[in-house]
Amino acid sequence: MTDAILKIRDLHISYGGIRAVKGITLDIAHGELVALIGSNGAGKTTTLKMLAGLLKPVSGSVDYDGRSLLDLPAHQRVERGIALVPEGRGIFARLSIAENLLMGAYCRHDKAEIASDLQRMYELFPRLYERKEQLAGTLSGGEQQMVAMARALMSRPRILMLDEPSMGLAPLMVQKIFQTISEISAQGMSILLVEQNAKLALKVASRGYVMESGKITLTDDADSLLASDAIQHAYLGG
Amino acid sequence: MSRRSLRDSLRFGLLATLLREFYTMNFFTKHNSRLLFWLMLAALVLLPFVTDALLGRGWVRIVDFAMLYIMLALGLNIVVGYAGLLDLGYIAFFAVGAYCYALTGSPHLAAAFPTVFPEGIHLPFFIVLPLAALVAGGFGVLLGAPTLRLRGDYLAIVTLGFGEIIRIFMNNLNAPINLTNGPQGISRIDPITIVGVSLNSTQSLFGITLPSVHLYFYLFLTCTAVVVFISHRLERSRIGRAWMAIREDEVAATAMGLNTRNLKLLAFAMGAMFGGVSGTLFAGFQGFVSPESFSLMESIMVLCMVVLGGMGNISGVILGGILLALLPEILRHSVVPIQQSLFGKTLIDPESLRMLLFGFALIAVMLYRPAGLWPSRLRKRELQSDETAETV
Repeated sequence: MTDAILKIRDLHISYGGIRAVKGITLDIAHGELVALIGSNGAGKTTTLKMLAGLLKPVSGSVDYDGRSLLDLPAHQRVERGIALVPEGRGIFARLSIAENLLMGAYCRHDKAEIASDLQRMYELFPRLYERKEQLAGTLSGGEQQMVAMARALMSRPRILMLDEPSMGLAPLMVQKIFQTISEISAQGMSILLVEQNAKLALKVASRGYVMESGKITLTDDADSLLASDAIQHAYLGG
Repeated sequence: MSRRSLRDSLRFGLLATLLREFYTMNFFTKHNSRLLFWLMLAALVLLPFVTDALLGRGWVRIVDFAMLYIMLALGLNIVVGYAGLLDLGYIAFFAVGAYCYALTGSPHLAAAFPTVFPEGIHLPFFIVLPLAALVAGGFGVLLGAPTLRLRGDYLAIVTLGFGEIIRIFMNNLNAPINLTNGPQGISRIDPITIVGVSLNSTQSLFGITLPSVHLYFYLFLTCTAVVVFISHRLERSRIGRAWMAIREDEVAATAMGLNTRNLKLLAFAMGAMFGGVSGTLFAGFQGFVSPESFSLMESIMVLCMVVLGGMGNISGVILGGILLALLPEILRHSVVPIQQSLFGKTLIDPESLRMLLFGFALIAVMLYRPAGLWPSRLRKRELQSDETAETV
């Protein structure tokens, strides 16, 4: 794949003394929505954390836009356009929603542009506009997920990484969040979506990777994966 | 004030209205905040005279000390309140500031270095103040650098150790070269002199006599005002927001592109600088410093001020500072006479009662007002969210 924005090659990551990721290879093309699915403890979150710069890999290479990503510290990766919506949302509970969103734009210095992006986020998530002065900790889980996503988008990323956006949300809210993910994807954003809910993830994704105990065991078009017997059996409950 | 509420106030009495307005926090937003500012300023300017007239000169001195504590508490508030880094050795920076002035503003070093400083060093106050702030800031970074990866309890233990290390150094650096004069401390520190006027003397201005404690009060008031102003600006700045983000969720903050290492070091340095300034003023005011003034108890006192008043809220921290600085003095003046009249003898000495009451006060605050006595921002937000919930 030549036009890949992100190329991961033979990546190994240790986490807490355990080799959590054992040589994965993964590509994301420009504007593509890729789902990384797998059960608990497969190493999905570890992979995302490493891409965000929160963990260092043992070996392997990551090329982002034709350059190695591994030399960059976490705070510079955001500047280069890599944004993470962390697992469990990681919102700043005792800051207002507006302040949470502004934190997303911490690396940017173009005030006027930040203000207009803030307005765009409120258009994307009207609920947040209604409550922009409210403390983020007082929101419902789904609203917090919106804050986390809007906050990540405020950095004007070129690649958005979402870690379990459906976790702990009411079914209606999950639908809404995934609808938004599709919308963002339709606007041309490259997205790496990590999910346990394989069915949902594969429905919005164009391609999928299946991860099992630190290794990629299967990769294919999302539709083929959805149709495949092995996946049906292992992750889709039937 | 609208016409209706004016009529109300005439009908029900001004005091009741004022109380209600204060209670609902309308007073500050609805009414002329500039008028309030001037009223407060006038009250503060008159404070030493009123205190002097009503309670005596000793109390003006106590108020001076309260100002020093407020500065300390505001400094610690940056570290604990904004950045969420629990620091149990904060008094060390106060000590560094105090010893900076003690060493550079007294004849003490003449004994250790008779050839270099035959008279000791006597730097003017306005050079020592920024110098001490910088040195204390440096010590802040020194403490911050090795503790960057620590959080919560672990950080608290290391900072506690750091505070003790500084105190023990002050206690023992009298040999082989007598730098700090050990437990005896350094005395004969130059009084603070501003444009040739020594604050240790009585001055008169426009026919008003200003004793030394009054002069120090105005200096401390100015410094406190500057510290409050800086805190206020920091709180609403990009850096302040970044500190709070680190406090709330460090991993997410890193993922937002914050350079958490530098930001934490900056918080330690800024907090330490405020402590250093307060320490310098303390040394000049006292004319004497010794390691005894910088015990662990003092660190805990300052932390109590921050927690009791309302972590992260400037007004709350000031309130906490005032309360806890005045409480021991009030006890000292009331406990013994009350016990004498009740039992004919003193059963509990004020010092132990102080700790008992501190304990009770902290427990009560944690139970009934977990966010502190004056957690304005949080409470206001919560009230707002209640209102929106009702309208939805």
